[in-house]
Amino acid sequence: MMKTTLQKIYIALIFVFLYAPIATLMVLSFNASKTRAKWGGFTLKWYSALFKNDAILQALYTTLLIAFLSAFIATIIGTVAAIAINSMKKKNRAFFMGVTNIPMVNAEIVTGISLMLLFISVGIRFGFLTVLLAHITFNIPYVILSVLPRLKQLNPSTYEAALDLGATHTTAFFKVVFPDILPGVLSGFLMAFTMSLDDFIITHFTKGPGLDTLSTKIYTEVKKGIKPEMYSLSTLIFVSVLILLVLVNRTPKGQKDVSSC
Amino acid sequence: MNRKWMSTPYLVWSIAFIIIPLCMVFYYGFTDKTGAFTLANIIAITMEEHMKALWLSMLLSFISTIICILLAYPLALILCNLSVNQNSFLVLIFILPMWMNFLLRTLAWQTLLEKTGVINSILTSLHLPPLTIINTPYAIILGMVYNFLPFMVLPIYNSLSKIDPNVVNAARDLGANSIQTFFKVIFPLSLPGVISGITMVFVPALTTFVISNLLGGSKILLIGNVIEQEFTQTNNWNLGSGLSIVLMIFIIISIIISTITDKDGEGSSL
Amino acid sequence: MSNKLIDLQNISKSYGSNIILDEMNLYIRENEFLTLLGPSGCGKTTTLRIIGGFETPDKGQVIFDKKDISKLPPNKRQLNTVFQKYALFTHMTIAENIAFGLKIKNKSKTYIDDKIKYALKLVNLDGFDHRMPDSLSGGQQQRIAIARAIVNEPKVLLLDEPLGALDLKLRQDMQYELIRLKNELGITFIYVTHDQEEALTMSDTIVVMNQGYIQQIGTPEDIYNEPENAFVADFIGDSNIISSTMVRDELVDILGAKFTCVDTGFGENKPVDVVIRPEDVELTAPEAGTIQGVVTHIIFKGVHYEMEVTANGFEWLVHSTKMYEVGTKVGIYIDPFNIQIMHKPVSEDEEAVSIDE
Repeated sequence: MMKTTLQKIYIALIFVFLYAPIATLMVLSFNASKTRAKWGGFTLKWYSALFKNDAILQALYTTLLIAFLSAFIATIIGTVAAIAINSMKKKNRAFFMGVTNIPMVNAEIVTGISLMLLFISVGIRFGFLTVLLAHITFNIPYVILSVLPRLKQLNPSTYEAALDLGATHTTAFFKVVFPDILPGVLSGFLMAFTMSLDDFIITHFTKGPGLDTLSTKIYTEVKKGIKPEMYSLSTLIFVSVLILLVLVNRTPKGQKDVSSC
Repeated sequence: MNRKWMSTPYLVWSIAFIIIPLCMVFYYGFTDKTGAFTLANIIAITMEEHMKALWLSMLLSFISTIICILLAYPLALILCNLSVNQNSFLVLIFILPMWMNFLLRTLAWQTLLEKTGVINSILTSLHLPPLTIINTPYAIILGMVYNFLPFMVLPIYNSLSKIDPNVVNAARDLGANSIQTFFKVIFPLSLPGVISGITMVFVPALTTFVISNLLGGSKILLIGNVIEQEFTQTNNWNLGSGLSIVLMIFIIISIIISTITDKDGEGSSL
Repeated sequence: MSNKLIDLQNISKSYGSNIILDEMNLYIRENEFLTLLGPSGCGKTTTLRIIGGFETPDKGQVIFDKKDISKLPPNKRQLNTVFQKYALFTHMTIAENIAFGLKIKNKSKTYIDDKIKYALKLVNLDGFDHRMPDSLSGGQQQRIAIARAIVNEPKVLLLDEPLGALDLKLRQDMQYELIRLKNELGITFIYVTHDQEEALTMSDTIVVMNQGYIQQIGTPEDIYNEPENAFVADFIGDSNIISSTMVRDELVDILGAKFTCVDTGFGENKPVDVVIRPEDVELTAPEAGTIQGVVTHIIFKGVHYEMEVTANGFEWLVHSTKMYEVGTKVGIYIDPFNIQIMHKPVSEDEEAVSIDE
């Protein structure tokens, strides 16, 4: 008993550590004082100000659009690549997995710089397109790594059974294989979307002067002071995702069965 | 049946956006502004200011990695035993915080750590001496641990949950008490997770420029800050690339070290 | 084979509302090969884990060698376990795996080396000392798991479906191997399986379990020839289980026909279950049988033919070395000694359930 209490306290402490800054930001979004340093009473004015702040709304729009597009494109390329990798022989497979791991293990700053140098030498104008290309690039590995395990679990006979029953390769894929790997594809998409949303470093090197995502906007505001509207926006985003997660987890689950023997 | 063509889009993409860009870093790193070959950009790491930044980066990321292991291992162990809902835990620790922008989350520590901030108010009310760690290397360590802790928890948790409970039972059955079981069986079997956690924490910590910028004030320069400045302020891409190459060498060395340690403990699985 | 080495007294165990074991009493004698047999979910593995110390019973005591060990952790118990899927330490060599328990007990190096050599020889795997578990086949890993357990000289070896992951041929070989090992070591084996053939081949005593209750304890012959209820009869081999009426002692009404039997003491005109093994159903010329029927199915099974005979509205399963064409009219005769009379189940718990395995 004693032991489990201690364990629960430990988990609670870690969660306090991880969530204290988030709670702080939420509190700040209701702070009437404009500086972070002191509490000036409760207000909702930053929430109404948020909807009049075009710069922030524009950055939000850009962030979401890039996150969605990059995750979507990365999901398609990544899923197709994962299927190909899964059916490869050892040597090719090792090569592809090696390449896939480069953006994962390499420092983000180096990935950002390398893409920046590429775009400069090719002569693409920095802006939406360059950021999108960069985000797709670092998103693909997340999709591949979340689809591959699903593919490995797949029983190859089901695909062959579909062919045997007269399905074409395409029908067999979409009716039999795809539904099975769908959870992996979806979690890959969500992972990619989240990563893109939270990215700063790579965007920082590939965005050029005209464009701002929420991250880069916050970074430029650090020196002169963050606009409190930013806190209210973050709070809104965070709370809506939280509600969404609670709703998803509310869906009734099967009774926990204990198996013996 | 032929699925080879399916790898083509990804192959083209990774050559264009992963391999060629890396080659460009090497090209810039080994040439000067006129395009002539030089080693000066690499050798520049030996300049005192760069050495200082690199040394500080290594020290801080080393300390952060150790703290992360010490915090993450017990957490992972507890979570494996407590039979909590795995998925919701992972979401809670990884995914959900990411929806609050990482720069803002890191900045929030400023508010928490300030002289008159929340933490110090609590400490004063408990009659404890206040902390003055903001704008010091300690704040940077805190920021690193805060940002990268989940990347240590996940691999350790994964490797622990893969251990067959009967293997642990077997150790107990053969006479080992719980401490012996931990050190002789559980820990060695979870080592691959610890190793991959180390690379997942050490590399981003070593190369960060954001955390030092936000929590370290402007006086503390890490190697990441130096490189970032070469690209965004001084516009000396050749020097920036040269230093990046040095950084990559360190990353590769740290990965090689971990794989070697991994082999010792794990044999050749995975 | 006399005194009780392990005595389970009134053991109950449940997970939440799920009752796994209910007031179970069972003793195991020294040097016995005892098998816990039953379908999945019957409580056999839980029983084994309670003996091994991996589960604590909610109620009841585990007495080992006259001492209550219910609260003792597994590392303090004088028994060792061979786990399902082997549970070898994959980060250690075979020699290190076998030496694990001995090193914990601080045995000398020469003692340990001797023991490793002895154990590897015993399981026919000399020279495997420095291999890693992953490089071994399933059967070899199983032998190592056994070697790792027995070097500690336990008084009792617990085996949890040890052959479950092996293919049929290997499983049969290992059955003989286990019998040989038990005889060489002279210790008690407690064996858990859902495979009735394994149980019949190896055991001195079989404990048939279902839904947390012991259904029958007996020698393989007892269990096979004289099942105490329909569940046991159904679980152990094929059989014809027919709801019938006991007219009086030594006379039973099966499907409207009177059969002479040898059982007494069931009362008069009492409902009973009758078990007749398919090899005990004798097919004769129609007029020579007690009842008459028609052959509806026949399959050649190698040693015998398996036939279905419809007689008096029941489909009789018959094993015979003589072949009867489908459609042949036959008579059915049953030797009185081969009619097994059982009480109808009193409680729901004892009722036969369908077996999916």
